[in-house]
Amino acid sequence: MKDTAADPDLSTLLARASADPGTLARLHTRLEDAAGRDGLLDVAYTVVDSPVGRLLLASTEKGLVRVAFHNQDHDQVLDTLATTLSPRVLRAPRRLDDVARELDQYFAGARRTFDLPLDLSLSHGFRQLVQRHLPEIAYGRTLSYAEVARLVGNPKAVRAVGTACATNPLPVVVPCHRVLRSDGTLGGYAGGPAAKSVLLDLEAAARHTGG
Amino acid sequence: MKKPFERVVEEHADTVLRVCRAVVGVHDADDAWSETFLAAMRAYPDLPDDANVEAWLVTIAHRKAIDLTRAGQRHAVPVADLPERPSTVGLPGGTDHDLWRAVRALPGKQRQAVAYHHFAGLPYREVAEIVGGTPEAARRAASDGIKALRTTLSEPDRGASQTADAGPDADPGTNAEASVDANATPTRTPTRAAGPSPARTRSR
Repeated sequence: MKDTAADPDLSTLLARASADPGTLARLHTRLEDAAGRDGLLDVAYTVVDSPVGRLLLASTEKGLVRVAFHNQDHDQVLDTLATTLSPRVLRAPRRLDDVARELDQYFAGARRTFDLPLDLSLSHGFRQLVQRHLPEIAYGRTLSYAEVARLVGNPKAVRAVGTACATNPLPVVVPCHRVLRSDGTLGGYAGGPAAKSVLLDLEAAARHTGG
Repeated sequence: MKKPFERVVEEHADTVLRVCRAVVGVHDADDAWSETFLAAMRAYPDLPDDANVEAWLVTIAHRKAIDLTRAGQRHAVPVADLPERPSTVGLPGGTDHDLWRAVRALPGKQRQAVAYHHFAGLPYREVAEIVGGTPEAARRAASDGIKALRTTLSEPDRGASQTADAGPDADPGTNAEASVDANATPTRTPTRAAGPSPARTRSR
């Protein structure tokens, strides 16, 4: 009798099929857990807030593999991880709980060294050698690029040390911000000079108050 | 060059969930969705770079739905009609149960054709590749399915008397219709009452 009276049109009907964001978020968490359980989480990542802007944190089964500043274009960083490590890249915040917690403590001035497994597979050769030595520069101290070159046993490789610092895949955690120019000026930094100052000021302040 | 799998999830999560809800129903859709994306993540590195990701996902979802349906049949509970349950799918009221009940009532081929063509947006040629048969048959099935959905959803009262869907405000005179109704009412009422707008789907 009233066959067409309340006939919903096709697009209205299809719109009714959309899932609510809560359901999709819950399913995503389920996928993170299942992928982790089945060993498919080749690269887990999350994004956290920090005093130097939003940081992307990425981790493999071996450990933390990438820290990227906001100005480094997180989408592009993820693309690179997908190409160089594995396309199985999934947002899985809980996989990075330990990293996020230690970073929080660091930014609060309550942590001076990081105690995290690291995956250094994104850098090679001399660059990786330099990055392995950077944690030897104590919290709140700085060295010049030339001093770091001597530290790694290659005093002439000042420029290469600069490149190694600039390409550090794990800034903050691997403290390339503690390397300055010989004249005491900041030098370059992946997160920008302002971020480098913030980190150095934080460490200087915490050293004073902490003794 | 393959994009991060997270982007595949972001772009297709909603579509795959619609497909799963249409094919296996709202209750089992979460399992079907999870198994689809887990299987997809496992196979992702071997997927050709130029593949149609959506068609690939729908194909996986299709197979997972068949597996789930078979598994369900093996230990099926013999009831005439599924009772409504307290929400197992997140926020009560966030899911249009009237729509999914109507989709669920379609014959298998129609349901699949509607899911894969209308909900997933695949052309009939690809729908036919997934479900078998000709593109023309897929087109007919989808068209018949939509027609049936329109009829059911535009006349909720007619559907209601058959699917134990009489609301709390139903005519008391219909109580004698079936004892199933009386049994289903206590579990259904809290779910409905909790929704932000019980009459939402009826008013359209």
